[in-house]
Amino acid sequence: MPITLPSFIEVERMGQTLLRMSGISKRFAGVHALKGVDFELESGEVHGLLGENGAGKSTLMKILAGIHPVDEGEIFIEGNKVSINSVKDAQTHGISIIHQEISLVPHLSVAENIFLGKEPVTKTGWIDWKKMREETRKALQQFGLELSPEMPVKKLTVAQQQMIEIIKAVSFRAKMIVMDEPTSSLTEKEVEFLFQIIGQLKEQGVGIVYISHRMNELFAITDRITILRDGTLIGTVRTEETTTDQLISMMVGRELTQYYIKDSAPVSGGEVVLSVRNLSKKGVLNDVSFEVRKGEILGFAGLVGAGRSELMKCIFGLDSFDKGEIRIDGRPLTVRTPNDAIKNGIVYVTENRKEEGLFLIRSVQYNITIKLLDQFIKWFRVNARFENQKTRQFINELSIKTPSPDQEVRNLSGGNQQKVLISRWLATNPRVLILDEPTRGVDVGAKAEIYAIMNRLVKEGVSIIMISSELPEVINMSDRIAVMYKGGIRTILHRDEFSQETIMHYATGG
Amino acid sequence: MSMVYGIRSFIRANLGILTGLVVLCVVIAVLNPNFLTTNNLLNVLRQTSTNLYLALAMTMVIILGGIDLSVGSVMALSGVVTAMLIALFGAPLLLAVAAGLLVGTLFGALNGYVAATTVIPPFIITLATLNIGRGAAYVLTDGQPVRVMSDAFNFIGSGYIGGVLPTPVLYSIIFVILCYLIMNKTKMGRYIYAVGGNPEAARFSGINIRRVKFFAYTFSGFMAGFAGIVLASRMFSGQPTAGVAAELDAIAAVVLGGTSMTGGYGRIGGTVIGALIIGVLSNGLNLIGVSSFWQYIVKGIVILIAVYADVFKRKTA
Repeated sequence: MPITLPSFIEVERMGQTLLRMSGISKRFAGVHALKGVDFELESGEVHGLLGENGAGKSTLMKILAGIHPVDEGEIFIEGNKVSINSVKDAQTHGISIIHQEISLVPHLSVAENIFLGKEPVTKTGWIDWKKMREETRKALQQFGLELSPEMPVKKLTVAQQQMIEIIKAVSFRAKMIVMDEPTSSLTEKEVEFLFQIIGQLKEQGVGIVYISHRMNELFAITDRITILRDGTLIGTVRTEETTTDQLISMMVGRELTQYYIKDSAPVSGGEVVLSVRNLSKKGVLNDVSFEVRKGEILGFAGLVGAGRSELMKCIFGLDSFDKGEIRIDGRPLTVRTPNDAIKNGIVYVTENRKEEGLFLIRSVQYNITIKLLDQFIKWFRVNARFENQKTRQFINELSIKTPSPDQEVRNLSGGNQQKVLISRWLATNPRVLILDEPTRGVDVGAKAEIYAIMNRLVKEGVSIIMISSELPEVINMSDRIAVMYKGGIRTILHRDEFSQETIMHYATGG
Repeated sequence: MSMVYGIRSFIRANLGILTGLVVLCVVIAVLNPNFLTTNNLLNVLRQTSTNLYLALAMTMVIILGGIDLSVGSVMALSGVVTAMLIALFGAPLLLAVAAGLLVGTLFGALNGYVAATTVIPPFIITLATLNIGRGAAYVLTDGQPVRVMSDAFNFIGSGYIGGVLPTPVLYSIIFVILCYLIMNKTKMGRYIYAVGGNPEAARFSGINIRRVKFFAYTFSGFMAGFAGIVLASRMFSGQPTAGVAAELDAIAAVVLGGTSMTGGYGRIGGTVIGALIIGVLSNGLNLIGVSSFWQYIVKGIVILIAVYADVFKRKTA
C-alpha cells in the first residue's frame, strides 16, 4: 500500500548534516559511561547504533533527548551549537525518541496521545476536539492504519502502538527520530510495515537513529553504522562496505586477561543433574533443551530480551510454560512454585537484587536466614544460637563486609548485598545454583570474590548455571556456553570453540 | 535476650511516642490530679483494651502491606450473634462465645481469601465486608440492641481477676504477648515482614504469600470477634451499632506506634503505646471536661503531630 506522510511534516533538504555530537562524555557515580564519543546524523539517513549491553548507546541517546545532562562535549544541530537541558529542549530542536518501552498513556485515546501536551485550542481556550480528531484521522489514514482516533491506546497491538509513537514523533515536526530496539516485540509482518514507514520518512529527509542488535535488520535498512564499546567510539562504517564479522569484532574485543579464570578443568564425565527438554512458552521461549552436569558451570550468553531470565524463571517455578519437561537426576519434576524447585535443590539468584531479591530494610541476618527458618524456629521457640552461628558462617565464608549481622542490608555496598543474596541460597544446600548476572553492579574486588565462590562450589559438586551479558566473564568462567537468540538456544559451545566473536555471531542471530 | 536488654531496646525503639505518652499523662495529671489514681489508670487500660485487640491484629495486616476496614462491623456482628444465642436461644455461654469468635474468624478468612487470590485492593475488599458485616448485624437484630441477663456473660468483659485486675486488661496482656511472639518468634512473623517489605523478593524466595495474607486477615477477624464479645459483655447487650469507626481508632493506634502504612516496618510494642495514647487522651479529656465533640478535633491534631514527628525523626536518624 502506498504511504504518504501527513501534511504537517515539512520536507527537508537531503544529505545535509542534521546532527553532530562531538566529544561527548558522561559519568554516573564513578562509572565512565561515555568517553569522548562523536556521532553524526544526516538528513534522510538511517544510522545504526550498535554495541553490547552497557556499551553506552542508550546513554548517548538519552543525552540527545535531554534526559541526562552532558558532562563534556558539544552538540550541533544543522550547524548551530545547541544546549539540550530538557526533553522539551530536545523536542524544540526536532529530536524525538521512541523508547523500547512504549510511553503512551494507555487509558487515553489515540488522538489524545498524539496531541498530548500540544492540544489545539479554540478561540475561547477550550480544547479543539474536532480538530484533534480530524488531524488524527488524516494521519492514521496516511500511515495506512485503520483505527478510530477515539480508540483507547491500551486496546491496540504493540505494533500499532509503536506506529502511534511514530506518528506522535513526526507530528512534533521531528527532524530526527531515535528508535531504540523498535522491532523487539513485532512480528515479521509488522517489521516489514515499520521498514516501509522508515523508508518514507527517509525520503522526506528525516534522519533516523536505529538501535538494534539484529544484524539482518541493520543490513536491511541502515546507511551507516556506528559501533560503541565500553563507552568509547570504535568507529563508523558504511553499511554497504561492511560485514557481520567486521561489526562483531568491533563490538567485542575486550581483553580477556583482566578477568578471573575458572581454575578447575572442564567437567565432561560428570552425571547429568538437571535436564530441560523442549521447553516452550508462547512468544517467549521456543523449544529450549539443555542439560547441566555435576560440578559444571554452564554459561548462558545472549542479548537483552533473548529469553535467558525468562527461561530460568520457568525452571524455578516463578513462571509457567506451555510445553516441555524438566528432569532432575533423570526423574521428571513438576515445578508449580519456587518451593518445588528449592526442595529439589534448584535455586535462582535474581539479577535484580534490590527489587526481587533482598529485604532492604531488614538485617543481614534476616536476609541470610529467611530460607532456613524451618531449621531453627519451632512454634514460638527460636534457636538464636543456631541462627547467629549460620549467619556468622556465611559472613565469614563469603567475606561479607558488614559492621554487624544486625545491619540493614540497604546500607551495604552492591557487592556485599550480592553476597548476602547468594548466602541465602547457599544456605539451602543447592545442587543447581542459577546465577543471573551475578556480578552486575559490583566492584572489581567483589567480582573476583564471587568468581572464587563459584569455583569453590563447583569443586564441591554444585552445578552452576550462569547468565551473563559480559562476554569475558562468561568465557572465562564457563565449561560450556549456551547462546540464546529470540527465545531459543542457538547453539551450545564447548571450551575450544569459545570466542567473543563466535558468541556474538550467534547472539545476533547468525 | 535478657529482660533488661529487652526493655532497653523497647524504650530506644519507641522513644518518640513514649515521650509523647509521658508528656500527655503529666499535662493531664496537672490539670486533674484524679487522673493518676489507681482506679482511673485501670479504667484507662480497660477502655483501651478493645481498641488494642483490634490494633494488634491491624499491625500485622498493615506490616503485611494491607488494611482491614471491616473490624468495627465484625465486632458488632459477633457481639450480636453471641448475645442473641444467649438471650434468645438460651445457648450455653461457651457455645455462644465460640459462635461469636467463629463469625469473626470467618469474616477474616473471607477477607484473607479474597485478598490472597485476587488483585482487588484490600481497602476495597474490607470496605465491602465492612458494609456486609454491619448490614448483617442490623438484619439479625432488626436494628435493636439484644439485652443479655447473664452474670457469667457479664463477667467476660466487666469482671475482675483477684478483685483488682479487670478482665479486658488481662486479655490485653495475653494478646500483646501472643502477638509479640508471633511477630518475633515464628516463621509467620518473619514472612509477614518479608511480604510487606518486598512482595517481589518474597515471591522470588518461595514464600507462600497467599498463606501469609490469609493468616493475617483471618487473625484480624478473630480478634475483631473477640473484641466484639468483650464489648457486648461490658454493655450487657449485643448492639448492632457497636464499634462504628472502631477500625479508624485501631489504624490510628498502629500509625501512632510507628508502623509504616506502606508495609514492611512496624512493631507490636509501638502499637501498644499508640493505643495507650488514644486511651489516655479520651480519658484525660473527659476528666478535664472537654466536650466529646472537641475530643475528635484534639485526637486528629495529636495524630498529625505524632506521625509528623515520627517521620521527621526517621528522616534525620
